[in-house]
Amino acid sequence: MATEQTLQIKEISAHRGPVPGSGAVRELEVAKLVDVTTCIGCKACEVACVEWNDHPFRETVFDNTYQTMPTTEWNYYNLIKFSETQRDDGSLMWLMRKDQCMHCADPGCLRACPSDGAIVQYTNGIVDFNQENCIGCQYCISGCPFNIPKFNQTTKKVHKCTLCSDRVGAGLEPACIKACPTGCLHFGTKQDMLQIANARASQLRDDALFPLPNAGVYDPQSIGGTHVIYVLHDITKPEAYGGLPANPRIPPSYVIWKYLAKPIGLFIALMGLLAVFFHYIFTGPRLSQPEPTVEREEQL
Amino acid sequence: MTAVRRFDEKARRGFGKLGHTTIHEGELFRHPVYTRFLHWTSAILFFLALLSGLAIYSPWLFHWLTPLFGGGPTTRVLHPWFGLFFVIIYAFQFFNWLSLMRWTAADSKWIRRLKIYIGGKERLEPEYVGFFNGGQKLQFWEIIGGGLVLFITGFLMWFPEIFGRIAVAISYVLHDISALIMLFGIWIHIYLSTVGEPGTLEAMTRGTVTRGWAWTHHPAWYSEATGRDPRADHQRAVDQQKKEKEREDRDSDLIAESR
Repeated sequence: MATEQTLQIKEISAHRGPVPGSGAVRELEVAKLVDVTTCIGCKACEVACVEWNDHPFRETVFDNTYQTMPTTEWNYYNLIKFSETQRDDGSLMWLMRKDQCMHCADPGCLRACPSDGAIVQYTNGIVDFNQENCIGCQYCISGCPFNIPKFNQTTKKVHKCTLCSDRVGAGLEPACIKACPTGCLHFGTKQDMLQIANARASQLRDDALFPLPNAGVYDPQSIGGTHVIYVLHDITKPEAYGGLPANPRIPPSYVIWKYLAKPIGLFIALMGLLAVFFHYIFTGPRLSQPEPTVEREEQL
Repeated sequence: MTAVRRFDEKARRGFGKLGHTTIHEGELFRHPVYTRFLHWTSAILFFLALLSGLAIYSPWLFHWLTPLFGGGPTTRVLHPWFGLFFVIIYAFQFFNWLSLMRWTAADSKWIRRLKIYIGGKERLEPEYVGFFNGGQKLQFWEIIGGGLVLFITGFLMWFPEIFGRIAVAISYVLHDISALIMLFGIWIHIYLSTVGEPGTLEAMTRGTVTRGWAWTHHPAWYSEATGRDPRADHQRAVDQQKKEKEREDRDSDLIAESR
């Protein structure tokens, strides 16, 4: 758990005039901005992530690209996805996208999780897993539209990018941001990041030499926006960037079923107990016939 | 099918050697040792799966159940195994009972008069009710259907890395619905076999029932098992009871007079 507030002065001794910065409200929501157009695929962020989280450097998988492995892993939160596609005119586009948890405003993993306290969302937008409360059911994996949470078969726990909640809580930027040599990664308030991203996108669109008319900002509203946003060359084809979904969605079963039908269903099933109890109270047992004779039968 | 029947007979004979059923005077043989063994092992596994499943289904209500299984993660690890063994055991029960559970016109007739059955005023079951009544058969097929759904969906959720996230998201709803239907059914099953219809539990524990129980609840089976008319035997028992009562009254009158 991290505190978002650093010290803020309330009163100053023998000070003339108002307290500087008094009444200022901190923007709490943070965001990571990945400007895909300036990523050079150096993987410094991958190494920084592995180092800060104290993960061993795991085995890599070669799949005819520069990519370290096919997907993120339980101890490899951050992965540059390399994909080669063609423009309409047949020329090559070599795309590199930093893939990690998107820290959705409406997190599918949290919606799907049945365990108390295994997944939390902080007010600053970071979605974090508490492994000590994880029961290893892997529902979060099926709730995630970005295929991010990964299961550790040995410990039976699920892990993913924390957006360096431990660093952010201490007022530092995430490790990946610190390592980026090109300025492709930015970190700050969500508002500021959106502003920078939009400015960058319009710069790309209006470029005199090499304009990208479809350049735009990826902040999918179908899940209430994300706390990792991208500037893409072509916002109409996010799938080209290693399968970034254009319209990420949480399976409806994790919303309607979990919060509405589930409690009602359980209530009805438990009512079965009450039903048989009152059946007994109303009609009594059905004894083998002939039953011991009765004096008379009350008809009420 | 004949292979299944042969296997069942062999199993029944084998279990009959391990244990035995004592039939007392005035009792009828109902369930062999093999059936009783299958019933109680599947009952134990059902409740293990149910209790561990409830802890995962609604932790805010049932998290107190997880310590029984060694905490949340262990509960999650054990639950599919309980379910799998339940399915395996119940598969044997399925073949064991298949011929008895075949749906007949009499069962449809029984279901149509369910309201009268629930009302409980008619103390004798209709004469066409055989070894199992329509309700029992319904419960059996509900367990078979529900168990099949639980097994398939449970399997999909057990290995999400093979079957994918959408399969899990759908499976989890179907898994829950089947479990809820079975939970609802189990209340009725336990109630009717214990306090609801006294004498029924002995059929599954000692393997026998009284003749009175048989002609009351399963008249067609009674005539099949004894070759006698259930209604006539019932009437004879009623008459005898009446006679005994009269004699008792007479005796107490005589005692009163002599004083």
